[in-house]
Amino acid sequence: MLKLVNVNSRYGLIHVLKNVSMHVSAGEIVTLIGANGAGKSTALRAISGLQPVHEGKIFFSDKEITNAPAEKLVRQGIAQVPEGRQIFWPMTVMDNLEVGGVVTYSLHGKKGLYDAIEGMFQLFPILKERQNQYAGTLSGGEQQMLAIAMALINRPRFLLLDEPSMGLAPLIVKEIFSVIARLREEEGLTVLLVEQNANAALKVADRGYVMETGKIVFEDTASNLMRNQEVRRAYLGKDKREIWE
Amino acid sequence: MECWDFKQECMNRESIEQLQLERLQATLHRVYKNVSHYRQTFREIDFMPEDLSSLDDFRRLPHTSRQVLMENYPYGMFAVPLREVVRLHTPALNIDEPVVIGFTANDLDNWAELTARNLSAVGVGKDDVVQISLTFGSVTGPFGVQLGAERIGASVIPMSSGRHSSQVQILRDFRTTTLVSAPTFALRLYRTMMEQEIDPKTLQLRIGIFGAEPWSESIRDDIEEKLHITATDMYGLTEVFGPGVAWECSEKQGLHIPEDHFLAEIIDPDTGEPVPDGQEGELVLTTLTKEAFPLIRYRTGDLTRMLPGDCPCGRSHLRIDRILRRCDNVFVMGGSRIIPEQIGKILNRISGAAPNFQLLVEREEDRDRLDVLVEISNDLFFDQMKKQRRFVEDLHSALSEFLGWEVGVRLVEAGAFDPAQPVVDKRNIR
Repeated sequence: MLKLVNVNSRYGLIHVLKNVSMHVSAGEIVTLIGANGAGKSTALRAISGLQPVHEGKIFFSDKEITNAPAEKLVRQGIAQVPEGRQIFWPMTVMDNLEVGGVVTYSLHGKKGLYDAIEGMFQLFPILKERQNQYAGTLSGGEQQMLAIAMALINRPRFLLLDEPSMGLAPLIVKEIFSVIARLREEEGLTVLLVEQNANAALKVADRGYVMETGKIVFEDTASNLMRNQEVRRAYLGKDKREIWE
Repeated sequence: MECWDFKQECMNRESIEQLQLERLQATLHRVYKNVSHYRQTFREIDFMPEDLSSLDDFRRLPHTSRQVLMENYPYGMFAVPLREVVRLHTPALNIDEPVVIGFTANDLDNWAELTARNLSAVGVGKDDVVQISLTFGSVTGPFGVQLGAERIGASVIPMSSGRHSSQVQILRDFRTTTLVSAPTFALRLYRTMMEQEIDPKTLQLRIGIFGAEPWSESIRDDIEEKLHITATDMYGLTEVFGPGVAWECSEKQGLHIPEDHFLAEIIDPDTGEPVPDGQEGELVLTTLTKEAFPLIRYRTGDLTRMLPGDCPCGRSHLRIDRILRRCDNVFVMGGSRIIPEQIGKILNRISGAAPNFQLLVEREEDRDRLDVLVEISNDLFFDQMKKQRRFVEDLHSALSEFLGWEVGVRLVEAGAFDPAQPVVDKRNIR
């Protein structure tokens, strides 16, 4: 469904993505893990059109989308949940969802929009309770749920999730990931999940890529990556290596 | 069609190429970081792994030869620390410079998947009883087959080779359905059956998977007719897993190479350049998933060619022709590769001189035999018969011990063979 071929991207002189190639098949949950500053979020932003691609190509459903503007990609069915719960704090939950659903509104009108919002309330019942509350007063987990709901409201085919677990309690992380897994089961949603919390991400994903300083160094099934000692050491909190250990 | 992993085995060409590119890039980054030999050779040609964006870039990389593996003995080629290695194999290739191949837990898991694909492709299922009559030892062959058969859920009988009559008894009493062995071994079992007046038709045996030595279509016909089974070929080399590297499906139209795990090239053995599609050349393999012992452009020494078109079985992975010859003096016998120089070293050690010698390989009806012909010279001439005999005996036991099976030794007069031809293979494999 999504394919990156030798994607390169730079911030000024800094070469951030170095010939990155990866793919996500329809209905798959794929995770991109790696340390801070490895280039994971940049890769995600390159896909969603927020970061320029200097060399290489990106394809979505066999159509090239390299450097396509973000608003066009939303209409093609790609949605991104950015890092750090970027919601509108001074607005209520309901207002946030209405803003998020602008594409749905333009396609299906007012009724369509409110049906979609109702769907989101079913997915995250807590948001229904909080619908008239200002988004800034929500807890971290609730804010993340709102951010995800704002992306899902336009019924995307492909969801890009950037660090959804950041700063959240493990129980909330588990809940959010179980919603993602459910959406894949029920609606065939395809997900690319960028995470520093490798453990949680690999539990929910089918496959994973490991990124190091702008390069992909591992591609394997999630279960194999979890067993891979190098990955465990670097990202799952194990110690350093010696060749004669 | 039986397909163990439909998604991987029947992937379309575009997806295979994408996956290969991804895995190749990841593998190159890993070997650059973890294997000093590769880091050095990449630097010599001013290549950084992140520069790789196509197969053309890849072709700039130097080949890896067996020599490189020997120079980096024991653990120099490992890309992971030893404590992550769960299995070590040392194929008996060389005496003083052996080669060590390591596997991580994930490597073993992938290997099981690969041999499971092989077994499934010839119709082995979970109800089958698989008798593995390959020599269990330092080579990987039987272990890989065992992993795959167990992955499928078949019942495995690890028998090793030899003990023909008990093998036949087990074949009959355990209702073995699948025999994995060397092809000549299957013919030897047939002879034992005849001696014991057992009709192969009364056995449950229906599939034979053969490897460990080159074998011709006429041997295939012979085995199929005598044992009433379908006989298929498997290929592998210990440096790159072992079995599971290439195998025939039940269509018997060439050997499939699982392209999601290996990148195969065919090169001209003299120039090292890729040959045009369909032309015969040396098989060169790059591992795409191996963690412990990744190999970049490893020269197998085996001659084959890519087969054009699609296999009727529906698998999309490329096929190579059956491997019957090598491009060097090395030959395959009894599951191990025999390097004439290594035999020469033993000869020199025992004799204290450097006599001319020739290795004569012959195939008797159902087994291969190796004779070492040593040219007699003044250094090797003893005035006492006893000493002369003693010398031959020493040589015989040293060679047999090294190879693990009986070798014939004959002293011949000068001019009895052409010293420029160290190996004469009379097995008539083609």
